[in-house]
Amino acid sequence: MCGLFCVWKMLKLKVAIFTLLFLLLSCFSAVAQTEEEISDTTASEEPSYRIPKLAPVTNLEVQDSPDDAGGEIELTWKLSADDTEDNGLVSKYVILRSQNRTSDFHIVGVANHQDTSYIDKGTQDGTEYYYKVVTFPKYEGEVRLTREEIDPLMDEFPEFTELGIKDVSMLAEYDRNLAAAFIDEILGISAVAGPVKSSAQWFNSKDLDTFIIGLVICTSVVIFIGLARGGRKLFLRRIGGLQAIENAIGRATEMGKSILFIPGIQDMDDVQTVAGITILGRIAKTIAEYDTKINMPVSRSIVMTTARETIKEAYLSAGRPDAYSDDMVHYITDEQFGYVAAVDGIMVREKPATCFYLGAFFAESLIMAETGNSIGAIQIAGTAMPAQLPFFVAACDYTLIGEELFAASAYLSGEPKQLGSLKGQDVGKVIAMVFIIVGTAFATLAAVTGSETFLEITNMIKSWFSA
Amino acid sequence: MRREIPLIITATVGIAYIIQYFIPHTPFDKVEALFSDWLSIIAACAIWLGALNLLKLSFLSVSKRKKDWFFSLVIIISWLTMALVGISEGPGFQEPGTKFDWLYTNIYTPLSATMFAMLAFYVASASYRAFRARNFQATLLLVAAFLVLSGRVLFDELIFGFLPADWKILSTISDFIMQVLNTAGQRAILIGIALGTVSTSLRIILGIERSYLGSD
Repeated sequence: MCGLFCVWKMLKLKVAIFTLLFLLLSCFSAVAQTEEEISDTTASEEPSYRIPKLAPVTNLEVQDSPDDAGGEIELTWKLSADDTEDNGLVSKYVILRSQNRTSDFHIVGVANHQDTSYIDKGTQDGTEYYYKVVTFPKYEGEVRLTREEIDPLMDEFPEFTELGIKDVSMLAEYDRNLAAAFIDEILGISAVAGPVKSSAQWFNSKDLDTFIIGLVICTSVVIFIGLARGGRKLFLRRIGGLQAIENAIGRATEMGKSILFIPGIQDMDDVQTVAGITILGRIAKTIAEYDTKINMPVSRSIVMTTARETIKEAYLSAGRPDAYSDDMVHYITDEQFGYVAAVDGIMVREKPATCFYLGAFFAESLIMAETGNSIGAIQIAGTAMPAQLPFFVAACDYTLIGEELFAASAYLSGEPKQLGSLKGQDVGKVIAMVFIIVGTAFATLAAVTGSETFLEITNMIKSWFSA
Repeated sequence: MRREIPLIITATVGIAYIIQYFIPHTPFDKVEALFSDWLSIIAACAIWLGALNLLKLSFLSVSKRKKDWFFSLVIIISWLTMALVGISEGPGFQEPGTKFDWLYTNIYTPLSATMFAMLAFYVASASYRAFRARNFQATLLLVAAFLVLSGRVLFDELIFGFLPADWKILSTISDFIMQVLNTAGQRAILIGIALGTVSTSLRIILGIERSYLGSD
C-alpha cells in the first residue's frame, strides 16, 4: 500500500510539473505571438513611401494686387533650391492662407514649379491674411489608393482637390489626415508672410498711358468739332468708295433692280456693325428719295430690329414713310454658312444691281463678293477686318479700308461737326507717326551702338503702346 | 422724346463703359458684366423676333406662290423639323447621340462644310482677276504674290536646292515681304481702325452721329 501511495504521489508531482511547464510555454508562446502581431501591425502602418522634404521658397512677399477691383492678393517668392529647370524635384507650390499667423492655414491654390508668383483671387477686402508656400515634391512612387479610398478623403478635406490624385495618395500614405504632412512640417514650408489686406483701387494706373493718349485724341476731336461749328473750312481727302455710293444707287434705280445691303455677321455690340448701320441710315435716305428697293438679309435679330428702325426713320425723313416695309429687313439665321448660302441664293435669284457689304466679315466675305461679281452687280464693301480686306479689294469695285468704314457716315453727312471729328482723328495719326519715327530711330541706335540707354528708351516707348 | 431717350441711353452706357475701363472700384467693376447680361437677355428674346419673321415671310411666299416659293417650303420644313425634334428631346437636346445632334451633324455640318469648301474656288477666280497685270500697281501685286507663293511651296528646294541652306532666296524674299512689308501695312491699317473706332464711338456717345436714329 505504501509503495502504491508513493507511486501515486510521484505521478501527481510529475503531472503538476508538466502542467506548470505547459502553462509557462503557453504564456511565452502567447506573448511571442502578440509581439509578432504588434510588430506586424506597426510595419503595415509605417509609410511605404518617404516624402522628401525639399528646400522651402525664400523671400516670400505678399501685397494687395494693384489696379484691381479688390478681392485679390499677389504673392511673390524666390524659387526653392530644389526647383531647377533641368529635372528639378519640385512638382508644384501649394499656397496656404490663414487669418491667424500661427494656425488654421488652408490650401487656397497651387502654382506650377518654376512659378515665382501667384494671385489669390478669393480674398475679402479689409480682412488681414497670412500666407505660407509649401514646396511640394514630385511623387516617384505608384498610386496605391483606389478611387473608392480617395473620394471619402476628398470629401473630408475638400481643399485638397486643388492637388492631383497622386499627391493626395502620397499624403494619405503618410497619414490619412491629409493635413498632417503640413502640420508636422514633413514638407518644405516657407516662413509666414503677412499680414496683408486686399482693397479696390479708384484708378487703373496700368492704363494711364492709354488714358492720356485717349484723352489727347478725344480732346482734339472735340476741339475740331468746335472749330468746324465755328465755320472753319476743313479739307477731307476724296474717298472713291463713298463718292460711288450715289452712282450705285442711281444705277439700281435705272435698272429697276433692288439694292442688297449686308451689315456683316456680328451683332450690335460690334462697332463695325454700328458703323455699317450708321451708313445704312444715309444710304436708305437716298434709296427712299430715288424710290428704289432695298433688301437687307441679316444674321442677328437685334441687327434686324435696329436696321428696321434706321430705314423707317430714313424713309420718314425723306418724306416717303408709305414706301417703307418691315420686309425690307429680314432675318435668315445666326449660322455663318447657312446665312451665306441664303444670301448667295438671293443674289443669284434676284440679281440685285448694287451690293453693299459694310460691317464685320469673316470667311464668308469672298463667297458673297464673288457671287455678287458673277451677277454683274456694282459692289461697295467696307470692313475693319484686316484679313478680309484683300478679298474685298479683289472682288469688289470699291472697298472702304479700315478707318474709311468708320469715317463713311460722317463723310456722307457733310456736316461740319461730323467732319470735325474726322480731323480730330488725324491728330491721333500724327501722334502715332511721331512715335513710330522716334521709336524706330531709338531702336536702330540701340542696335547699332549697343547702348543700354537707347534700348531702355525704346522699350519704354513700346510699353506705352502695347497692352 | 423718341430720339432723346435712345441718345441718353447710348451716352450713359458708353460713358459707363469708358469709366469702368479706368476705374476698377465698385460699382464700376460690375458695369461690363451687367450690360453683357442685359445684352444676352435682349438677344435671347430677340431671337424669336428673327425666327418668327423668317417663318412669316416663308409662309407668305408659299401661300402666295411667289417666285421660287419652293425654297421657302424647304425653310419651313427644315425649321419645323429641327424645332420639333429639339423640343421633343427636352433639355440636353444638343448632347451627342440625340436625334437633334444627328440631324445637325449629318445634315447641317456637311452643308456648311460644302459652302466653306467653295471658298477655294472663289479664291482662285478672285486671284486670277486681282493678279492680271493691267497697270503698274497690279503688276507689283502679281510679282509680290508670285514671290510669296514660290517661297511658301517647294520651288525654293527645286530651283535652288544645290545652294547651301542659308541661301534659300525665294523663302527669304517671301519672309521679308510677309514679315516686313505686309506687317507694316497691316499695322498701319490697324492704327487707322483703332482711331476710327475712337472717333465713331465719341460721335455716337456725344450724340453727334444720329443717322442710326434716322436724323442728321
